Amino acid sequence: MAEVLESSQPIGSMDSRAKWKYLDNILTRTGPFTDEDFPCGEGAIESLSRAKVLVIGAGGLGCEILKNLALSGFQDIHVIDMDTIDVSNLNRQFLFRHADVGKYKADVAAKFVEKRVKGVKITPYCGKIQDKDEEYYMQFSLIVCGLDSIEARRWINATLVSMFDDTDSDSLKPLIDGGTEGFKGQARVILPTITSCIECQLDMHAPRAAVPLCTLATIPRQPQHCIEWAHIIAWEEERKDITLDTDDSEHITWLFQKALKRAQEFNIAGVTYSMTQGVVKNIIPAIASTNAIIAASSCNEAFKIATGGSNPFLGTPGADNYMMYTGDDSIYTYTFEHEKKPDCPVCGNLARPLKVDQRFTLEEFLDGLAERPESQLKKPSIRTEGKSLYYQSPPSLEEQTRPNLFKKLNELVEEGEEVVITDPAIPGQFKYKLRFS
Amino acid sequence: MADLPPPVQGPTAKEKKYDRQLRLWGATGQAALENSHILLLNAGPGVVGLETLKNLVLPGIGQFTIQDSALVSEADLGVNFFLEEEHLGGFRAEHTCNLLKELNPDVQGGFITEPIETFLNTPESLKPYTLIIATAPIRPEHLAKLSAHANTSLVPLFYTHSVGFYSHFSIHLPPKFPIVDTHPDVETTSDLRLVKPWPELVQFAMEKTNGIDTMDHEDHGHIPYLCLILYYLEEWKKEHDGQVPQNFQEKTAFRTLISKAARTDAPEGGEENFEEAVGAVLKSLNPPEASSSVLSIFQTEECQNLSTDSPTFWVIANAIGRFYTKYGVLPLPGTVPDMKARSGEYVQLQNVYKNKARKDVAEVLDNVRSLESQLQRKKPVEEKDVEAFCKNAAHIKLVHGRPFHIVQQGNPIKWGNQAKTAVEALTSVYPESLIPLYFAFLAWDDFVAKHSKDSLAGAPKLPGETDPETDGYEVVGIALKIMDDLIKEAGAVVEDTDYSDLKTKVRQYAEELVRAGGAELHNISALAGGLVSQEVIKVITEQYVPVDNTAVFDGVKSKSSIIRV
Repeated sequence: MAEVLESSQPIGSMDSRAKWKYLDNILTRTGPFTDEDFPCGEGAIESLSRAKVLVIGAGGLGCEILKNLALSGFQDIHVIDMDTIDVSNLNRQFLFRHADVGKYKADVAAKFVEKRVKGVKITPYCGKIQDKDEEYYMQFSLIVCGLDSIEARRWINATLVSMFDDTDSDSLKPLIDGGTEGFKGQARVILPTITSCIECQLDMHAPRAAVPLCTLATIPRQPQHCIEWAHIIAWEEERKDITLDTDDSEHITWLFQKALKRAQEFNIAGVTYSMTQGVVKNIIPAIASTNAIIAASSCNEAFKIATGGSNPFLGTPGADNYMMYTGDDSIYTYTFEHEKKPDCPVCGNLARPLKVDQRFTLEEFLDGLAERPESQLKKPSIRTEGKSLYYQSPPSLEEQTRPNLFKKLNELVEEGEEVVITDPAIPGQFKYKLRFS
Repeated sequence: MADLPPPVQGPTAKEKKYDRQLRLWGATGQAALENSHILLLNAGPGVVGLETLKNLVLPGIGQFTIQDSALVSEADLGVNFFLEEEHLGGFRAEHTCNLLKELNPDVQGGFITEPIETFLNTPESLKPYTLIIATAPIRPEHLAKLSAHANTSLVPLFYTHSVGFYSHFSIHLPPKFPIVDTHPDVETTSDLRLVKPWPELVQFAMEKTNGIDTMDHEDHGHIPYLCLILYYLEEWKKEHDGQVPQNFQEKTAFRTLISKAARTDAPEGGEENFEEAVGAVLKSLNPPEASSSVLSIFQTEECQNLSTDSPTFWVIANAIGRFYTKYGVLPLPGTVPDMKARSGEYVQLQNVYKNKARKDVAEVLDNVRSLESQLQRKKPVEEKDVEAFCKNAAHIKLVHGRPFHIVQQGNPIKWGNQAKTAVEALTSVYPESLIPLYFAFLAWDDFVAKHSKDSLAGAPKLPGETDPETDGYEVVGIALKIMDDLIKEAGAVVEDTDYSDLKTKVRQYAEELVRAGGAELHNISALAGGLVSQEVIKVITEQYVPVDNTAVFDGVKSKSSIIRV
């Protein structure tokens, strides 16, 4: 009896709900679209306040997400971020002040929201998502991501897919992912193994084509070519012993001056300090308004899921699961169902056909995997069913397989043969069927 | 003595803080933001307005003022991020203003706790503001006053709702709102004039392709692709009565011609410059005509009949219109995409384009100067404005701002010349328009206009606050009538089955709105605040293209629609 009282008191007590007057209009009423199973009233309130949510990223999106979740009635929130606060964050990461520069984002953000929204508990972890294991991720009922790195998204996606066990419905962890770039962004809901996953959607985020090294080395034409030359070639030649720190203004200044000098030699105009910083750090423009839109859309989906269907959510099987947003020319959203790929290396079980030039050496092929929109693997190891072709580690195996790097593909594999590729950045393995072209 | 390194101008503190946004709207956009003073007329739970301001204070507008007569209640603490427990019972305007100011020490903030009635009745009370945002619920007579102010003072007015899972906003801009810097997609901006080259470009291409068949591989593989296209166009013209490829079929044939001319015995295998040429054929052989929307700008009354105090935009537009009449093309933007080429030759090619662009700017500037002296204008137009205009000439935009709908007791909503397009949107299957949601918002406003919490016409009563069923019935009725009035005004006939589907949609939207009982959901208000602030930034900076003129967001389906009203 006492136990029941203890758990229901903060929820049932009228005093404590006064604050949630607005929210309760939605939680205690049904609408024309609410799910039949929606636990209208007490049930919805309880399911929301008991949901344990993980927020990955406490940056531009993360700050918004934490605020939104706290004011949506979530009470147990965890947040992971490995970064510290930089002055260039302050134009949008509104939980941070000038005095916070240099401190851990997750710490400052958690404290701020806890102070502002009474009753919410926010547990920060200042580190990498890769530090945590399955047991850690298993405790959450859903995960909201506000990341700027594709690699981290792929890692958490693969982890959540591999955690799913179809005999245990608690192992299904909805993943809600937002991303922005300037006036554009997207919000999507992934139900591991049920909807298409981040790996299925990887080609929606093709990496920018790299400028060939020979252009940088011999025929630069654009100011960016001169900057890349300073970054990739000149630094390596002249300051090899110093690790480049793109946050160190002395380092950026050095690169800028090198690039400027080279640009002058080739009569190329337009190298600036700001451009140097932009190219070297791969800066993506970011503004408060787009982050607000995408984070809110993500949290709106999280809310609909956590309330047990106060309204239908993206990712409902057979329904839309992806919203694309563009705001530079009027406002445009495109909401659609991104379909699951049966040959997805993470959530599918078929080997994906991959067209390759059979005259390529294994090394050329592996280098190319980093840039191909559908693979984007930077440190791949590869084997066939019968033999190891190349392993990045351990060193003994690397040494043993290294000679294969210089062999042509058609000397190593047959047309149509299946290969398995692994990469330390992404859990699991990628199965490809090689097609010669 | 070693060369002294060039002096480095590192970024200023402000440039560092605003780096990520300056990469979008630049120093001129930032200066415009810093000169703005935004008024928020806050009402209801008040979240959407404050979330909007948050996204404007962060990037550094000059000033904001919040008018809000509400006192902080317990319910505010569960939905509003810019209030704390200790503010309970205090003025919401004051405390939200203070917490917003914390976000950016460079922004000034003020507040007004006077009720909106008396505030709007004070003469010139709206004068200090460069942009006004009003939030629902608001009495129609107050909104009408703001609309009249927007008409006479040309100050942009925004009106926004956030109710439950839905949001809406409308923008009332001045009747002629020109934008020079529309930031078009890079893909659509290249204007290379390959079918209408000028003599220096022809000359350059001839030099670079001279002896093309006998060149060594190294030279052949580095001919800039623009020169290749120009060279093979000449070859093509010899066989086609001096005409360039006219249609898709001919362009495809021309593409094959170039593709066959590529060498296959080069050391690298294929030739990248030929591949680039082949890839560019389809998009670069269109005649460089100005779009109809740009031409219509030249025809505008304001452009044709300049006066001494015409805004700069129209003086330059007139000067460019003259240029266009004379040459049949707009001034050359002068940018060249990157392509396989040797550094020196690429820079030469860039200069061919840059020099022509400079020449065009000089001619437009001459036109401007002669207009100025004819009109006896005092302050000369700045050269950099002429340059920017010439560079973006093909993509300038003129937005025709106008008042949005305000519900009026006893009078149906008037759609005027938007009625037909509104009915088309209504009955369109793909893309599906969310215009029924807009009807529901209008009906919501109509309900608010008719009901007060008490008999004293005090605080408005919001649909569904206490009795969702009864109120829902009423709002659905009003919304359906709004739809019927529109169909009638447009003189359209809607098929029975379509009509009954539409009725269902309107009813569902209205019922879901009423379910909220006037509540804001923080997520939806944050999202709407993101949208509104983004549009405010576009309007203040006069960059990018704002919504024309109404947007709705459906948080159930996660979809949006733009509606012209």
